[in-house]
Formats: sequence, C-alpha cells, structure tokens
Amino acid sequence: MIPLNYYLALSAILFSIGVVGVLARRNAIIVFMSIELMLNSVNLTLVAFSAYLGNATGQMFVFFVLTVAAAEAAVGLAIIIALFRNKMTVNIDEINIMKW
Amino acid sequence: MEILISLIKILVVMLVLLTCVAYLVLVERRVSAFIQNRIGPNRVGYKGLLQPVADVLKLFIKEDIVPKLANKPLHRLAPIIAIVVSLSTIAVVPFGDKINLFGYEIKLQIASVNIGILYVLALTGLGVYGIAIAGWASNNKYSLLGGLRSCAQIISYELSMGISIIGVILVTSTLQLDKIVEFQHGWRWLILLQPIGFITFFVAIFAETNRLPFDLPEAEPELVGGYHTEYTGLKFGLFFLAEYANMITGSAIVVTLYLGGWQFPYLQSSGLPEFWTSIIQVGTFAAKVGAVLLFMVIIRWTVPRFRYDQLMDLGWKFMLPLSIANVIVTAFIIYLFE
Amino acid sequence: MSLIDILFYFFATIAVVSASIVVFSRNIIYSAFSLLFTFFAVAGLYVLLNADFLAITQLLIYVGGILVLMLFGVMLTHKVVSVDMKTGTLKILPAALITSMIAGTLIGIFTVTDWRVAPLQTGDPIPTAKGIGEMFMTTWLLPFEVASVILLIALIGAAIIARREKEAK
Repeated sequence: MIPLNYYLALSAILFSIGVVGVLARRNAIIVFMSIELMLNSVNLTLVAFSAYLGNATGQMFVFFVLTVAAAEAAVGLAIIIALFRNKMTVNIDEINIMKW
Repeated sequence: MEILISLIKILVVMLVLLTCVAYLVLVERRVSAFIQNRIGPNRVGYKGLLQPVADVLKLFIKEDIVPKLANKPLHRLAPIIAIVVSLSTIAVVPFGDKINLFGYEIKLQIASVNIGILYVLALTGLGVYGIAIAGWASNNKYSLLGGLRSCAQIISYELSMGISIIGVILVTSTLQLDKIVEFQHGWRWLILLQPIGFITFFVAIFAETNRLPFDLPEAEPELVGGYHTEYTGLKFGLFFLAEYANMITGSAIVVTLYLGGWQFPYLQSSGLPEFWTSIIQVGTFAAKVGAVLLFMVIIRWTVPRFRYDQLMDLGWKFMLPLSIANVIVTAFIIYLFE
Repeated sequence: MSLIDILFYFFATIAVVSASIVVFSRNIIYSAFSLLFTFFAVAGLYVLLNADFLAITQLLIYVGGILVLMLFGVMLTHKVVSVDMKTGTLKILPAALITSMIAGTLIGIFTVTDWRVAPLQTGDPIPTAKGIGEMFMTTWLLPFEVASVILLIALIGAAIIARREKEAK
C-alpha cells in the first residue's frame, strides 16, 4: 500500500512545477496551463486525504475547485483572445500599458 | 481465465466492429446510389460485396504525403488519436445479457463500468482532439477551419447530449449501461418514457459524428476536405474508419439508452432454451443498431447541410433549452409519483 | 510490489514528466499536449484512490472542456510556422530558487506532520457517485447552488469579453 506521504510529495512536486511555469514563462497561455497544474496538484492532495481519512468531504472540495477552474478557463481564454485581437501578442511582458 | 475471456471478447468485438465499418461504407454507397437513381459499386465480387476489400487495399498502397510545412509528429498522431477514441467507446456497450459457452458464463459486454454512461460522455469529448489536431498540424487554412468548426460543434452539442442523458439517469437511477438496459425490459423502452430526450440525444449524436446535416467540419464545397484535406493513404483511411466507427458506436449507444438495447419483448417468458434466448438477444441488438444506421444513412442523402450559424442556433437556442426543459419536467413527474 | 504500487509509480512518473514538459517546452502546442497526459495521470491516481466518479469528472471537465478551450486559444493565436511559437523562458534562476523553497517547505511540512489516517477499507471499492450526490443535495447544497451561479456568470462574462465589438456604422 502506498503511504499517504507519497501522494502528498507528488502533489508538492507538481505544485512546484506549476509555480515555475507561472514565474518563468512569459506566454499567457502557458501561465494559464501552469495555474491549472497547480489546481490539479491541490485536488490530488484533497483526494488523497479524503481516501486515507475515509471521508468523502475532500472529494466535495475537488468538485468546487473544478467548478472554479472551468469558470476561470472560460473567462481567461476569452481575455487571451481579446488581448490577441487588440495587441497581436500573448506575451505578458508586452502587455504593459497599465504599468506606471 | 477471466483475462483470457476478456481478451477474446475484445478481439471478437473489434473484428465485428471493423467488418461492420467496411460494410457500412458499402451500404452507404449503395443506398446513396439508390436514392440518386444510380447503380453504385457492383463490380467487385458478387453485387459489389468485395468492394470494401478493394477500397482498403487501395488505401494501403497509396503514397503517404506529409505537407512540407506541417507539424510532423502531430500530423502523424492525429489519426491515431481519432481511431483510438472512436474504438474504445464500444467497450462499455452491452450487446447481450449472458451466454453459457463451454461451461463458462460470459457477460456480453467488454467492461461493466459503474459509471459507464459518463465514460461514454468523456470519450465523445476526447473525439475533438484528433480532428482539432489534424486541422492545426496540417498548416492549411481549410483544415484549420474544419478543425475549429468541429471543436465548436462537438462542444456545443455535447451539452445537449449530456443533459438529455440526465433524463435517462433520473428515470433509471443508475449510471451503469447494462442496468439501464435491464430497466427497459418488456416495453419499458426509454424512447416511450423520454421522447424529447431521445430526439435531442439523437440529434446530438448526428452532430457528434459529423454526419449530414451537420457535416460542416468537412463541407466539401466550402472547405475542400475539411480537417483531412492534407491526409492521404492509410492516415486518411484511419480518419475514415474512425468516422464510421463513431457512427456505429453512436447508434449502439442510442439503442442502449433509448431503444431497449438487447431487450426483446416477452422473450424471457417464452420458454425458449437459454442459449437461444441469448442468441436472439444479440441478434435483436444488431438489428436495432442496423436500423438506426440505415436511418442515419438515409438522412444523409435526403437532408441538405445547415449553414454554420444555423447549426449553432439550433444547438444553443433550441436543443439545449429543450433538453433542459425535458430534465425539469422529468424530475417533476418523478417527484409527483414518489 | 503490488499492482497498485506499480500503477502509482507509473502515473506519478507520467504526471511529473508531462508537467515538466508543459512548463519547460519551448513549443506551446507540445505544452498543451503534455498537459493532456498530466490530466490523464491525475485521473489515474484518482482511480487508485477509489474516487472513480471524480476521475471521470476530471476527464469530462479538464480534458473534454478546459484543455479543448486552451487548444482553441493556442490554435487561434499561433500558427505552425511562426516565430512567437517558441516562447523563451526568463529569469530562470530566481524562479528556480523560489520554487525549490516552496517545494522544500511543502514536502517538509508533509513529512513532519503526523497525519491522522483512518484504517483503510479492504475489498472491492464502493461506487462513490451515490454518496457524492447525496452530499451535494444535503450538506453542501448552498455551495452547490453558488457554484452554478459562478458558472453562469463566467459563461456570460466570457461571451461578452470575447465578442468582437460592433463596428460603428
């Protein structure tokens, strides 16, 4: 049987990979994917805890995270398409007219 | 032994499915010829019965062309994704009850998953990938347009498909396909209990399989060949195969969910030997699927294609509200009766 | 090593490798593709954790919905042969530093804490769909309703943002 800590370590690694993506990549879509990666790793933690505690509440949380992720994907992609239409780029360093 | 039986089941189902695909193409060509007052392929073999073999042979020996500026790995991967997705849906479809062969009791279904109906939905969602990737990787504007259209179409109609399935789940209160078929014994076919759900689901199946009147991803007059413009030889053959396999699995699911699956009314009480009952049940399933397929073929050659905005309007402004209304009415009736 | 152990390592390897490709690949379409494999691997891990309904929901929502949207985004903003297809990585050193700190902290906390673990059930896993449905309709009814409102708002918002503004006549 796999100990709980293995699942937790795996999700920690996935989360860190997602953090690298958000910090180091400059393409808006990749940043977006990295955020989904982080959400997935958190979901994995919740499901692991739920399974090892024998309590389904963790799975309920995952459903709400999924809802938020879906909403975020829809709005985020709409923003990216609108940005591309106006600026012809999805590089978040070039989108800087709000910078002072 | 269990594993061996499963392997044999998979092998038999795949062989039957692929043969059916080959002959479905022939049936389609003959029926279209009949509708258009032509003769159709009748030269290879008796009345053209060997035509599929000749077609496959032709596809095998054609040159395989990859466009110079295409993304080669993805161009290669796309037909594989399409075919894998369309062949794996059949795994949860029950095509009979149980059969006793050589002393083993065999369940006539490859995998009885307790959330089978959601598995079907998830796989139809995956069907988008093959087409979208093919369209993008070909680096051809017609292909890309075809791919994007297909994405939008499948996503839009998946909604009304999923919501019509909720009606089925409400009535049968199970997510397992074989239990849904068991529910429909006698004349309790779900098409009688869920007529509106059946219509929305069936229309959605047409859209998911990219059949006329919804074949916009490959509308020839506008988009040349759509997403498979840049595919030749065996890769084109794989797309073709995937499309027809999707048709077969789609109609198998329509039969399972709404037309009683393998149920033959009053067969259980007729006192036939068990073995023959099983054979008749499988035969019933095959006959029902064949009838649905024939209906799909006839529709293709009699109804003209929708315009793209009409397709979207139909999906979002008519089918989706209709299926939601169906769920609400069904839930209300079930609430009143309990 | 039992079958479940092997499957765990298999899915874990796929998840980590494909997640790294998502983040470090220079070609955005390969990133989108390996994200597909990450989602599949995580769904597989859910199955190992007896969350079958959640696994299929993961496939339905992430693979069938969110990733298709992302692929749309990639396909609409990038061509096969274009320069900005290859997006560079910047500031790799500070990012690596912060990340290793986060990873270290997380793993440290995970290993140090003594998690309360219930005795695992043996035998065949029970289907989770029924229990989840009941919890949605009883304990978690309000969050469930709020979630549907969020989805509706997101739907309307996305349609408004992405729509091309009507040109002045």
